Order: sequence, then structure tokens, then C-alpha cells
Amino acid sequence: MSAVAAQRGPARRSFAASTWALVKRHVLTVYSILFFLYLMLPIVVVAVFSFNNPPGKFNYTWSGFTWNNWRYWNGVPGIQSAITLSLEIALIASLVATALGTMIALALVRYRFRTRAATNILIFLPLSTPEIVLGASLLTLFLHFTFVQFGFWTILIAHVMFCISFAVVTVKARLIGFDRHLEEAAMDLGANELTTFRKVTLPLITPAILAAFLLCFSISVDDFVVTYFNAGSSVTFPIYVWGAARIGAPAQVNVIGTAIFVIAITAALTNVLIQARREKRA
Amino acid sequence: MLWLAIFFVVPLGFLAYQSLQSGNFDVGYAFTWAWGNYWSAIRDYRPQFVRSIEYAGIATAIALVVSYPVAYFIAFRGGRWKNLLLLLIVAPFFVTYLIRTLAWQTILADHGFVVNTLQHLQILGSGGRLLATGTAVVAGITYNFLPFMALPLYVSLEQVDPRLIEAAEDLYANKIRAFLRVTLPLSLPGVIAGTLLTFIPAAGDFINAQLLGGPDNHMIGNVIESKFLELTDYPAAAAMSFILMAAILAFVAIYTLVVGTEQLTGTPT
Repeated sequence: MSAVAAQRGPARRSFAASTWALVKRHVLTVYSILFFLYLMLPIVVVAVFSFNNPPGKFNYTWSGFTWNNWRYWNGVPGIQSAITLSLEIALIASLVATALGTMIALALVRYRFRTRAATNILIFLPLSTPEIVLGASLLTLFLHFTFVQFGFWTILIAHVMFCISFAVVTVKARLIGFDRHLEEAAMDLGANELTTFRKVTLPLITPAILAAFLLCFSISVDDFVVTYFNAGSSVTFPIYVWGAARIGAPAQVNVIGTAIFVIAITAALTNVLIQARREKRA
Repeated sequence: MLWLAIFFVVPLGFLAYQSLQSGNFDVGYAFTWAWGNYWSAIRDYRPQFVRSIEYAGIATAIALVVSYPVAYFIAFRGGRWKNLLLLLIVAPFFVTYLIRTLAWQTILADHGFVVNTLQHLQILGSGGRLLATGTAVVAGITYNFLPFMALPLYVSLEQVDPRLIEAAEDLYANKIRAFLRVTLPLSLPGVIAGTLLTFIPAAGDFINAQLLGGPDNHMIGNVIESKFLELTDYPAAAAMSFILMAAILAFVAIYTLVVGTEQLTGTPT
């Protein structure tokens, strides 16, 4: 009798424990699902309201479905030139920032020099500074030189400035896990420094460089604060949205927002899927 | 090696130059050691300073509590969906910041679904609204900077060896105590990184306060923005930027002392 009870004790506890684990597991799962729904909510709102057919200029309440906002995506004055400017600046800024950032990352990881610690902090500084301070300090810098014309070039310089840090951090992460023996092997086989870099180092860090470029591009396209301070009378897409928000943003803004989201998420999803497949094969 | 040094010094000098310039400019067009700018900035805009720290602090705390379980979920239960879930976490970044915030304007709008529900539940008075309140601003900030919190949390939780947790559960015989004694301390670097990454941009933000708040909810960012771009009162605005920066750097310095720069900047020791 007692033996049975003693036997049953631990068994029941483990049953209770597993039930508890099951409940806990589901609580966490349900919670996570709710979290992701919350995360997606504004995105859904943006997408849905891009099909809205607002009677006035306020696109806040649902008032009927229409394709017109998508068909006439550039139907509001200024929006197309704003997008063009944003894309131009993002393209050039991320090319420059990625190139410079890669070199800085190489220097930081490969060489021990006296200002290395200081450089590490300097790279980190723009990341840890509020954007408004970055924008304001650049504005004062440009104001100091009275010949500077605010516009394309000031925006470009500003974007390169804050993109470099992100590029350095991204490429550095890859370089830290880099096997230097590969380079040594190349050198032993008779390659000079340049050839080694071109044939061995570069191909290996290309994914990181590409990632840095994409990161810079998306940050640049999205940036408002720093741009706003240094744009003068030039209008990038975020600045256009800001101006439009004061008088009621047209549904076309939602169209562009949704389009950017769909393009970016498709690219990212493809990347994830390709990686997953590659992992499976490996 | 030399060309590396050259290309590395140029942006470095540029950065240093820039950071020095903003320092000189707070005394305006004539250099007169006008420290008064600082005092008047603190005196006149103390509510905005306090509010910035307050809103950013609350938003950071909420973001931490809200995203920790999800980071935990992805790290330990994510399995092969990990990358996909991480992608979902950063998905809001694919929508332009301003458009995201405008979407919250729509969601929290008067007579919107959220306001109506809250009024129905008597949580909000019949004339109550969410827009133009501090709640809306904090909600907006929390949402916009959530990924900054969730990602570092995930990274640090991911590095925790599940066997360690199993061992702890065996030793402490209690999941909660095992979590408090082992999992939580091990994920502390992520907590600290996430807190910094959320708090810093949040404290300087002015977009949420502008779009979701009313004049009573303005943060120091709003003051700096209008001083710079509308009133062209550069000395005062620059002084304020510097106070904000100093406050944040002090905050970072304390954290750095606790964790060490190498961990913050992601360099191996």
C-alpha cells in the first residue's frame, strides 16, 4: 500500500511538472503571437489605408475601397521628386559609407595602432548620440562656412557620416570571425598583398559588405531627423511626409510606405529562405 | 597598410572636427564664454528636460518587460523559425519611421477603435482621448524603438547554454529561481545594451511628441528643433543639444563602467 503511494508520488509530480511546462509553453507562445500582432498592427493600418478613398484630405477614417491611390501614386505634387532625391542620396551615401566603413573595419581588426581605442569609441559615438544632436551639430558646422549651400551635398555628407558607423560595425563583426590562415596560405603560395586581398579577403567578407550596404541604404532612405536639419529647401521623402502630416497626409504616402515595405520584406524573406536552404544542405 | 591609415584618418578627422564644432557654437556668433546659455536653457526648459527623461525611461522599461519574453521565446523555442521571427521583429523598420508614427495617429485617433473600446470599458471618460496625451507619446516611443530592445535581448539569450539552465533547474528545483539566478544574470549584457539602444534615441526624439502629443507633451527634442529651424536661436539650441548629449553620455558612462566598452562596442576581449 505504502509502496504504491511512494511510487505514485514522483510520478504525479512529474506529471504536474509537465503540465505546468505545457501551460507555460503555451502562455509564452500565445504571448509571443500577441506581441507580433501588435508589432504588425501599424503596418497593416498603413497598407489598408493605402486603399482608402477619403472624401477630404484627411486619411484617418475608412471610407471605401479604391485602386486609385496606387494607380496615381505620383498624383500629388512633389512626391515623385522627393522619392527620386531620397533614392539618389541613399545610393551614393551607402556606396561611399560602405567603402570607407570596410576600410576602417579592416584597420580596426587587423592593426594595433595607438588611436585604436579612441577610434572604437569614435565609431560608437554617432550610434550612441541622439539623432537630433547629430543633425544639430552638422547644421552648426555647415552654418559656420557661409559658402555652404544647403541641399543635396549637405544631406549627402550627413548621411555618409552616420552610415559609416553602421558599416564599420557590420563588417567588423564578420572580420572578427575571419580565419587569417587563409590569407597566410595565399601569401605562401606566392600571391602578393593586393592579390591576396582581391582573391581571398574580399570574397570572404563580401556578404558583410553587402549587408552593410543594404543597412546603410535603408537607414539613409528612412532618415528624417538629421536630414531635416541639413536639407535646406530640398525635400526627401521623409521630409515630404513630415510636411504632408501637418496638413493631412495624402493616401499616396501610404502607397509608397506599403510599396517600400513589400519590396524590403520580400528581399529579406528571400534571403532568409536561401540561408535556410543552404543550412539544410550543409 | 598606409592607404588604410589614410582612408581611416580622413573620416576620423571629419568626425572629430564635427564634434568639436558643435561645442564651439553654443556661444553663438560672438565667442563670449556665454555660459548663461546653459543656465537659461536649464532654467527655462526644465519641464521639457524632465519630461524627455521620464517618457524615455518609461518607454524603455515597458519595452524591456514586453520584449523579454518574446526574445526568450525566439532564443529557446524558435527552432527553425528563428530567422523568420527575427525578421518579423525588424519588420516595422521597413516602414518609414514617420509613416509608422502616422499609423499610430490613425489607430489612437478620436472615435477610433482603441478609444471607443476604452470608453466602453469606462477606462477612459466619454470625452476622453488618447491623442495629444503623454500616454500616446510613450506608446509611440515604445513601439518605434521596440526592435532596439528585442534584438540585443535575443542575442544575449541565444548565447546562454540551455544545459546551464537545465542544471540550474535541477539544482534549484524551481524554474523561477533558476531563471532569476541563472538565465536573467546571463542575459544582463543584452538588457543593458537594449536599454541603452532604446533610451538614447528615445530621449532625443521629437517626432512622437509632435505627431502623437499635444503642446503639453513636448520633449526637449521639440524645443531644440523649433529653436534651430524656426526661431534660429542657435546658441540656446546648441546649449540644449549639449546638455542632452551630456546627460546621455553620463548615462552611457555609468553603464560602460559596469560592463566595459569592449562589450558595448562588440569587440572581443
